[in-house]
Amino acid sequence: MSERAAASAHQFDDAEQQHDASTLGMWVFLVTEIMFFAGMFTVYVAYRSLYPDGFAHASHHLDVLLGTINTTVLITSSLTMALAVHAAQLGRRRPLLIFLVLTMALGSTFLVIKGFEYAHKFREGLVPGPWFSYHGADAGAQQLFLSIYFAMTGVHAAHMVIGLGVLGTLVWQARRGRYGKSYYTPVELSGLYWHFVDIVWIFLFPLLYLIGRHT
Amino acid sequence: MESTQPRVHYLNADYGIRSWLFTVDHKRIALLYLGSITVMFLLGGVFAGLIRLELLTPAGDLVEADTYNKLFTMHGIVMIFFFLIPSIPAVLGNFLIPMMIGARDLAFPRLNLLSWYIYIIGALFTLWAMLIGGVDTGWTFYTPFSTMASNTNVIPTALGIFITGFSSILTGLNFIVTIHRMRAPGLTWFRLPLFVWAHYATSLIMILGTPVVAITILLVGLERAFHLGIFDPALGGDPLLFQHLFWFYSHPAVYIMILPGMGVISEVIACFSRKAIFGYSFVAISSLAIALLGFLVWAHHMFVTGMSVYAAMIFSFLSFAVAIPSAVKVFNWTATLYEGSVSFQAPMLYALGFIGLFTIGGLTGLFLATLGLDVHVTDTYFVVAHFHYIMVGGAIMSYLGGMHFWWPKITGRMYPEAWAKIAAVIVFLGFNLTFFPQFVLGYLGMPRRYHVYPAEFQVLNVMSTAGASILGIGYLLPLVYFIWSLRYGAVATANPWHATGLEWETPSPPPTENFERTPIVTQDAYAYDTQEVQVV
Amino acid sequence: MFSNLPFFPEQASTVAQRVDALYFFLISVSGFFGILIAVLLVYFAFKYRRRSESDRPAAIHGSMALELTWTLIPFGLSMVMFFWGASVYVSLARPPDNALQVFVVGKQWMWKIQHLEGRREINELHVPVGRSVKLTMTSEDVIHSFYVPAFRVKADVLPGRYTSLWFEATKPGTYHLFCAEYCGTEHSGMIGHVVVMEPAEYQAWLSGGPPAASLATAGQALFEQLGCITCHRGDAGARGPLLVGLVGKPVQLQSGETVIADETYLRESILNPQAKIVAGFQPIMPTFKGLVSEEGLIQLIAYIKSLQPADGEKAGGLPLAEGSH
Repeated sequence: MSERAAASAHQFDDAEQQHDASTLGMWVFLVTEIMFFAGMFTVYVAYRSLYPDGFAHASHHLDVLLGTINTTVLITSSLTMALAVHAAQLGRRRPLLIFLVLTMALGSTFLVIKGFEYAHKFREGLVPGPWFSYHGADAGAQQLFLSIYFAMTGVHAAHMVIGLGVLGTLVWQARRGRYGKSYYTPVELSGLYWHFVDIVWIFLFPLLYLIGRHT
Repeated sequence: MESTQPRVHYLNADYGIRSWLFTVDHKRIALLYLGSITVMFLLGGVFAGLIRLELLTPAGDLVEADTYNKLFTMHGIVMIFFFLIPSIPAVLGNFLIPMMIGARDLAFPRLNLLSWYIYIIGALFTLWAMLIGGVDTGWTFYTPFSTMASNTNVIPTALGIFITGFSSILTGLNFIVTIHRMRAPGLTWFRLPLFVWAHYATSLIMILGTPVVAITILLVGLERAFHLGIFDPALGGDPLLFQHLFWFYSHPAVYIMILPGMGVISEVIACFSRKAIFGYSFVAISSLAIALLGFLVWAHHMFVTGMSVYAAMIFSFLSFAVAIPSAVKVFNWTATLYEGSVSFQAPMLYALGFIGLFTIGGLTGLFLATLGLDVHVTDTYFVVAHFHYIMVGGAIMSYLGGMHFWWPKITGRMYPEAWAKIAAVIVFLGFNLTFFPQFVLGYLGMPRRYHVYPAEFQVLNVMSTAGASILGIGYLLPLVYFIWSLRYGAVATANPWHATGLEWETPSPPPTENFERTPIVTQDAYAYDTQEVQVV
Repeated sequence: MFSNLPFFPEQASTVAQRVDALYFFLISVSGFFGILIAVLLVYFAFKYRRRSESDRPAAIHGSMALELTWTLIPFGLSMVMFFWGASVYVSLARPPDNALQVFVVGKQWMWKIQHLEGRREINELHVPVGRSVKLTMTSEDVIHSFYVPAFRVKADVLPGRYTSLWFEATKPGTYHLFCAEYCGTEHSGMIGHVVVMEPAEYQAWLSGGPPAASLATAGQALFEQLGCITCHRGDAGARGPLLVGLVGKPVQLQSGETVIADETYLRESILNPQAKIVAGFQPIMPTFKGLVSEEGLIQLIAYIKSLQPADGEKAGGLPLAEGSH
């Protein structure tokens, strides 16, 4: 199995500087992503504090079972991602490929389940707008909740799709023997991105699915 | 001893359109940006000209109301998102930051090129929206007008701005990593040129603020496209929530537009006084202070929306606080001239003009921070005058000053000095005639975004339009003589201004790799006092 | 004093003078510092102009004393501006209790004014001189802003809620009224006048015009027509809270919160009754969204405000504690 020699791009002095710069770059990028989602979390906080009952009412339309399954799927995918990074660190190509593919499979599962949830909402007339089927007193607040639900989970899903693309690229490059003990930075940094997307979901799940639910 | 072989530098190292469109050289990318933002500036200027022509008379006789509303909207969008925000960072920052820190390129050269492509795609979306009918929401996109009442092309424009925002984010990311990780040996933070400090602070704002406006504009687009009524009062949505989210970015955005210019001014003042900037560390830290405090003042755009008096007082207090570091810079620049050796080439004329006009712009900001006064002048021409003093009298003057200062380095040619001085004076005079009357108009009560106005406001409007035509001429002159200089300008030496700074220690124009060997820094910035005496 | 200067609108309200005085202070301070910087720049540039290429300037790097001076003095001056400005703003935000109330509905692209006594106007607002006037405003569509330069007052007018501004006119005359928040095609046409009259003239004007019921009378008719009277009956078994004497009083909600029954609360209770349930009542009030216009809401609110308890009668709002009063 070949490894890329510890070279660096022309603008860097050495591989260590390149690795440091790339890592800092990914962390800065994740900060921008936090700010991106923060805007929507702000909208959520504002409206939930104005309409706590409407939000709780609307949240009950979400399927907690599917949401929990998805949460488990995503957390497991973070595990497989971490194992992939570990494999790359140890220079073990086959486990790296297996774990990357597993991560992609779990990520895809998440998206498929999400797709089912969305389809269910369409069928039940729970999409905000002119086709919204509920007309009770707190219909407004419920539509606000569902607008936020679709916006936040939609943007999150878009990030997952991009993540799948990134992982697919990693698989392709790993098959060509691009990563080894001395150079696996893209795997490591993609792992950071994947964990970030997972963490966003870990915030989204309770805030969207678990409002006012008591055992 | 000169070789007869033409020297290889970044401009002639490779030929053909592909060598430009697929370049990863930060200097070429800077020039790609230069071309693009100049085109956008001219477009924004055409919109401005039409606005001022319409406002020559009280009646709405040049264009229809809807057209006028589109003109001021598109003027704002083009000038802010496609000219002012990229201008200095994407052109001068891209070109100079690696050189100033002794690096061969930015940390992520391909990301840099991607930033430019993203800018172009965003610009094309926005231009397309203009061609198919334009947008009339104001650059501020207030809801529910933008989400529910406007029947213009909000979605493609929102998409264009959304996309271009990522150009800004990636540039900021690139600068932050570069400045942190790629400084030459011996170049500690407090030896950095103030231009670099200014861009570092700007980059912090870019990465923290831009994502918020991105998501906000995305929500506006989603609401329009899919009826996700997040700001719809009929559903219990809050139109003011949009304003909070929008201004959370758009206020810090104004510091994105001015901080790089302040960085340019520091370089120029030091060079043309042949003296270190007075209070270097204070100027450096005040850039960071402006970036931080700039995030805490956004609701001063909302004092008349019915907010709580206590909230208003907090934002008013903080708005005064953010003015202090800017004042500190102005005093330090002025003190730099004291016992200096001052010369008056065009870059210095622009810098001196900047200090005067930015001071007026900044002081009039205090009027707006003052609660009882803001009630009267907000949403009037007073605000229009205030922000044009900063953005045109400040940012654009500093951009022109920087272009003149570094033109020899970028192109290897000198611009014609006499014409440059004339243009600088014309710009200064034209600018003041255009915008000073607008302060008066604002206090008299003329609201902004007005297509027709009461007759008593006409004289001041005519003065303003006259000034605008002079200003336009002032801007066209550099366009002409800069292009002229590429062929006919005097060949520039490595350091025609005898300035300090690593960028002046390589040839003009520089080789692709900037330096033959990575420099080692042993001195503070602006070490004019230990410079060897230059006898011409 | 300043009303004849060309750079100022007329001073036609009690607050205008205060705002102009504040403006003068800022102009003076700004003028001082602007001129100071300009003079210093020109003076230094001239005095220290380069005489020869071999000039070696002094190695001056900074001065902590100067940095502190030019940080603290501007900060001190800013604080004067801040406190002065905040004080004027607080006055602008607090209408006197006896202010004359007028309702304003903004819509693209006109101002609809409703006097309590029934007189309606479009793009004109008649008010008496020497009397505080409070405008309670809402929008039917997008955000507008009610601006009277001569009074130095302005307030945004928002859909879905009420905002207010108040003024006391000091000079009879006709003054510009502008919409100051961009609202679409005819934003610059959404203008009019405020006409300030002597008190007697104003009374005469008020009773002139086409015959119109007062807002409260129209509101009472609407109150009955919409069936509000069925539940808000005022007797012990009533399904809805008592409305007599309610306005301005604190109300205890089921959630434990206490809110003040102002115009915004009343409006919300009609359009979105589930938002705030009064303690001790069932959440059975239907919504009247779509069944009543902004003007209808104003009429209902005016009517409810007119419901004052006769002596000995119970009043709405929080029950007084035993033994108090």
